[in-house]
Amino acid sequence: MSATTPSKLESILAAGHFAVTSECGPPRSAEGTVVDEKARLVGPYVDVINVTDNQTAVVRMSSLASCIRIKQLGFEPVLQMTTRDRNRIGLQSDLLGAGAFGINNVLCLTGDHQRFGDHPNAANVFDLDSTQLIQTVRQMRDEGKLLSGYEMTVPPKMFIGAAENPFADPFEIRVLRLAKKVAAGAQFIQTQCIYNMEKFKLWMQQIVERGLHEKVSILAGITPMKSIGMARYMKAKVPGMDVPDEVIKRLQGVPKDKVAAEGINIAVEQIQELKECPGVRGFHVMAIEWEEKVPEIVERAGLYPRPKVD
Amino acid sequence: MIMAKPKPTEEIIREIKDFDNILVAGCNGCVAVCEAGGLKEVEILASALRMYFANQQKKIEIGEVSLTRQCDKEYLAELKDRIGAYDAVVSIACGAGVQFMAEMYSKMRVFPGVDTCFIGATEEKGVWTERCQACGTCILASTGGICPVARCSKRILNGPCGGSSNGKCEIDKEVPCGWQLIYERLKELGELKRFEEPTPAKDWSTSRDGGPRRLIKEVSQI
Repeated sequence: MSATTPSKLESILAAGHFAVTSECGPPRSAEGTVVDEKARLVGPYVDVINVTDNQTAVVRMSSLASCIRIKQLGFEPVLQMTTRDRNRIGLQSDLLGAGAFGINNVLCLTGDHQRFGDHPNAANVFDLDSTQLIQTVRQMRDEGKLLSGYEMTVPPKMFIGAAENPFADPFEIRVLRLAKKVAAGAQFIQTQCIYNMEKFKLWMQQIVERGLHEKVSILAGITPMKSIGMARYMKAKVPGMDVPDEVIKRLQGVPKDKVAAEGINIAVEQIQELKECPGVRGFHVMAIEWEEKVPEIVERAGLYPRPKVD
Repeated sequence: MIMAKPKPTEEIIREIKDFDNILVAGCNGCVAVCEAGGLKEVEILASALRMYFANQQKKIEIGEVSLTRQCDKEYLAELKDRIGAYDAVVSIACGAGVQFMAEMYSKMRVFPGVDTCFIGATEEKGVWTERCQACGTCILASTGGICPVARCSKRILNGPCGGSSNGKCEIDKEVPCGWQLIYERLKELGELKRFEEPTPAKDWSTSRDGGPRRLIKEVSQI
């Protein structure tokens, strides 16, 4: 595999290294320095930093604006884009804007329904879905054309990503759906947070059987549990999250002041175990509102220092 | 059919309290089937209004009628000779009926008595669910007869999304995941290969996104 875009993430993967990505949720205000602080915390320990797009349908500083700040600090962002809030006109416009600022990674998402967010009475858009957004970015990049067919002089050079949740239902078609995203143009996949290792490995096995791991780089989603409450909340309330009872029991088995440390231990062990899992090409470490723990996880998992690529 | 539900009586009273002669006009089409706007509901609403105003010691005349349809001028025309006796109409037809009434009798104040909800079907007695969003370009042939535009909360054409859990939608445990239904149907039909090909961006211009729609029957050439 050789890189076809200026994306550092693509180069890291093309060179055969495990990629490490993390995530930064922008603030619910115009305080840009919040983004900078988060980026400075995780930046040196990862290859690229995802910037969420109004995650859980809560209004936050725009993903594109935050990506630009991160880029200007010298780190490489991944622009997350959901199709919930913008139609094909808005999405393509932001992709052109991202291209103009040298942003070379995009993660195409449909997005959480606004029912969960801070504006449940909003109209939603869903002009495209995530697969169609992937197709759109690929057409813009490879054919230099907008969806309308208009030929642009300078297309955005995007390394195209998508998300996949191996734990959603129906399980039987999760791999088929991934295949569809790959057919649409997805080059990397960041998965939902993994807690059910057995189910994840079963999913990976199906991916390898179909040869999909040779067409797309799978980055395993790792989120450390900060507390027993968080584990319980994720199990009960977060759609599509699969938290086995053993994870909760393990956290309950340590003294109260050691729970967070045990959460980190679990995350590190998961990465070490998944390094051996055929088809896994990297890790997406999402320490939710706990970004300061990313360096420790990456270091202890033997993924630091990050390799240098051209 | 078009589904509607009665507006709260207090809301209707707020609109009509200053009028003396009110006509409650039902429609024997869709809204009668979903028990929101037919003759029976005209009688119930008229009685409720009479009781309320009697309690308030306000003298008010309330007439009752239910037309075959309110979305056809020829049926609305049946009111031509008697509508002048009223100074306001509460139409409990769907939004199309209310508008046609207001259009035809443009000097009359016309108030809606129902909230028009969706195009749906009778699931069981007293339960109606949405089935169609009138997008103007039907894709049911490729989705096993189950519409993702109407039945997926995100109208995804390449579903299901990551929020589908135990056959239910992420927005509500009571809402079936439209794509789980499509999957089951296609599996039964042996057509699961449809899941492998991405469905490209849909042309929404035939939907409401293309502006208010109009349909003209073309003379058949066959």
